Amino acid sequence: MNKTFTIIKREYLSRVRKRTFIVMTILGPLFMAALLIVPVFIARMSDSVYEVAVVDNTRLFYTEFADANNVVFTDLNIDVDSAIELMKADKFDAVLHIPTTAFQAPSTLRLFSEKAINMNAKLYIESILRNEFELMKLAHAGIDPEILKATETKISITAIRLLRDGHEQTDYPEVSMGLGIFGGILIYFFVFLFGSQVMRGVMEEKSNRIVEIIVSSVKPFQLMMGKIVGIAMVGLTQFLIWILLTFAIVGSVSAAMPEVFRFTPQENIYLNSSQSLNPTELQKQMQQVQQHNTPAGQIMESLRAINYKVMILSFIFYFLGGYLLYAALFAAIGSAVDNEADTQQFMLPITIPMIFSIIMAQLVMNNPSGPVSFWLSIIPFTSPIIMMVRIPFGVPLFDLWLSVTLLILGFLGTTWLAAKIYRTGILMYGKKVSYKELWKWVRRTG
Amino acid sequence: MEYIFQAENIYKQYENHQALTDVSVSVPRDGIFGLLGPNGAGKTTLIRIINQIIAPDQGKLFFKGEKLHSKHIARIGYLPEERGLYKKMKVGEQALYLAQLKNVDIKDARKSLKEWFEKFDLMPWWDRKVEELSKGMQQKVQFIITILHKPELLIFDEPFSGFDPINVNLLKSEILKLRDQGTSIIFSTHNMSSVEELCDHIALINKSEKILDGKLDEIKKAHSNRIFTLEIGDLQKPMEKILSPVANILRLENGKDGLVKAKVRIEEGYNANDLIKHILPSVHFHGFQEELPSMNDIFIKTVTGKYPQELKKEDLKLHMDLDTN
Repeated sequence: MNKTFTIIKREYLSRVRKRTFIVMTILGPLFMAALLIVPVFIARMSDSVYEVAVVDNTRLFYTEFADANNVVFTDLNIDVDSAIELMKADKFDAVLHIPTTAFQAPSTLRLFSEKAINMNAKLYIESILRNEFELMKLAHAGIDPEILKATETKISITAIRLLRDGHEQTDYPEVSMGLGIFGGILIYFFVFLFGSQVMRGVMEEKSNRIVEIIVSSVKPFQLMMGKIVGIAMVGLTQFLIWILLTFAIVGSVSAAMPEVFRFTPQENIYLNSSQSLNPTELQKQMQQVQQHNTPAGQIMESLRAINYKVMILSFIFYFLGGYLLYAALFAAIGSAVDNEADTQQFMLPITIPMIFSIIMAQLVMNNPSGPVSFWLSIIPFTSPIIMMVRIPFGVPLFDLWLSVTLLILGFLGTTWLAAKIYRTGILMYGKKVSYKELWKWVRRTG
Repeated sequence: MEYIFQAENIYKQYENHQALTDVSVSVPRDGIFGLLGPNGAGKTTLIRIINQIIAPDQGKLFFKGEKLHSKHIARIGYLPEERGLYKKMKVGEQALYLAQLKNVDIKDARKSLKEWFEKFDLMPWWDRKVEELSKGMQQKVQFIITILHKPELLIFDEPFSGFDPINVNLLKSEILKLRDQGTSIIFSTHNMSSVEELCDHIALINKSEKILDGKLDEIKKAHSNRIFTLEIGDLQKPMEKILSPVANILRLENGKDGLVKAKVRIEEGYNANDLIKHILPSVHFHGFQEELPSMNDIFIKTVTGKYPQELKKEDLKLHMDLDTN
């Protein structure tokens, strides 16, 4: 036991002290934070005022274009060509041409620009015109727009799950989906990243020829487990630092520049693009953002509703369980081959269930309590990823315990199997190994 | 005789071949025991079994008369033929790590490591990575690691490969010092001259079976091919006539001082005494010595059934096959 600890210590320290580990651990969160912050930042920074000249030949719509945020409209009662000339003289960024045929044939609408079209402006103009055209059509058909508005009904069912203990819980499947797939993918990366580190570590010891020196002091099983556990701790350390640093960076940036993270009217237009909007409603919508009955408010509330204790505990468990299950197999592969190129044929059976899990995640999210979800979340080879996807939706305790038990049995099983291959493989050189050969090693005694 | 290690009736079977068949060896204390055999004969398998790296299919193993147990691992030091170190790890740190795996207390390990590093001029390399060391220096580090925990039984598998002659001598003298301090040593090699130089006992394994073992000098005597060197003067008759019928001449040399040096083989049915008695009246003796076969000759004779000088082309091919297996 003492020796296993010595091995764990070496495996851990030799990796944690490496320059690449330190760089990755610091750069990782910076990168993650940058992924979260930079797009928002850039979007804000680049929002200079976009000037659009409106040439409305119908003279019906030009009054409807209210300036919004960074898009400014100017009515030009001149012909299109002159307006385009003005644009070319840098008076405007774009020219909107509404020909007399526009109402009958909306496809004749034109937006001219020398530079690439500003998508925000285009979408905004489209939503205004759609709204106006609809109103005119209603008027033609003799329907009072007020009546139509009165019939408009917004439906959003609040899903309530009745828990066994009598409590009610509001479900937010979208948020659960996001969290689930995030957890699943994180586990996928963890297993591959650190599993292949185990494999390379074993291959290094084998090709260095230090392995025979070590196994004359400790049992091959101790060496293998020491390596697996040591690297698991490296992984946990790295992820812990990542999570803490990411939160610290995002937290401090958003505290320093709160305006960066507020919703803008344009974003609300996208969120509500099917609804009819006018600029005054926009203002109202903006105020509602802070309240709970808006999408953003719902996300905030549902994030609060998630049971984080269960999430984090099960994440750590499936993190480790999945890693241990696969790391043993990675170690067996590393022991059986002489060089990296030979690993390919044995990697396939490991990769397939992992990739399969990621592919099936979508199906599982659509029906988190269905039979496919059930089976995939209890089979040890797929359960680490699939169960992580399921957990945010709520999982019956029976399923959870069954899955946990089978995963523990699963990694005990793969470890036992891998140990048998490992102890023969590490001393075998210059032989290309087949599956048949591996099976013989498993069956060999002593 | 007291034995440090005994293996009784060891069998080990791999998928496609028998590695050891009914092999029994007894390694006496306080000596150097040579484990010999062509490549692929099963030496490394036996050594790994002694080190408890692999287990035999059948057979009993004893360390100092006790049944072999994992607690004995710390009493054995092993320098494998295929050996290496972590390239990226610092020399001193690595030596300490490997010593700890042999249950040496870290303080003791550091102290004795420093002594050994001083002795082998390795101290300036303590904080360098192994990959910066020359191959010879790495071998020295490995040697130190092998003996650091003061094992009672040391196992060296081709210890001299990769050393220059100066370091081979350094290593040899260290090995002999260890023997004199009471360490028992198992020494596996193909280098027969170093066997003759170092070993007290040997065992020869061929094709998974032990075919020869015992004290080195006794084995040499037993393999005597009845060849003697005579140094004689005052020849009264031709040499052939003097010797006949007790012995025949293999080679004859005339020395500068009028002495004749003759290499002769004694015929079946006679012994050395007969030869002396037979020729004494006719010659003046200056020297008489038995020409024992070299370990090299015995090795080849035992493995192929013929002495090297008798080997024909086919036999050599057979021998080459043995060597490359």
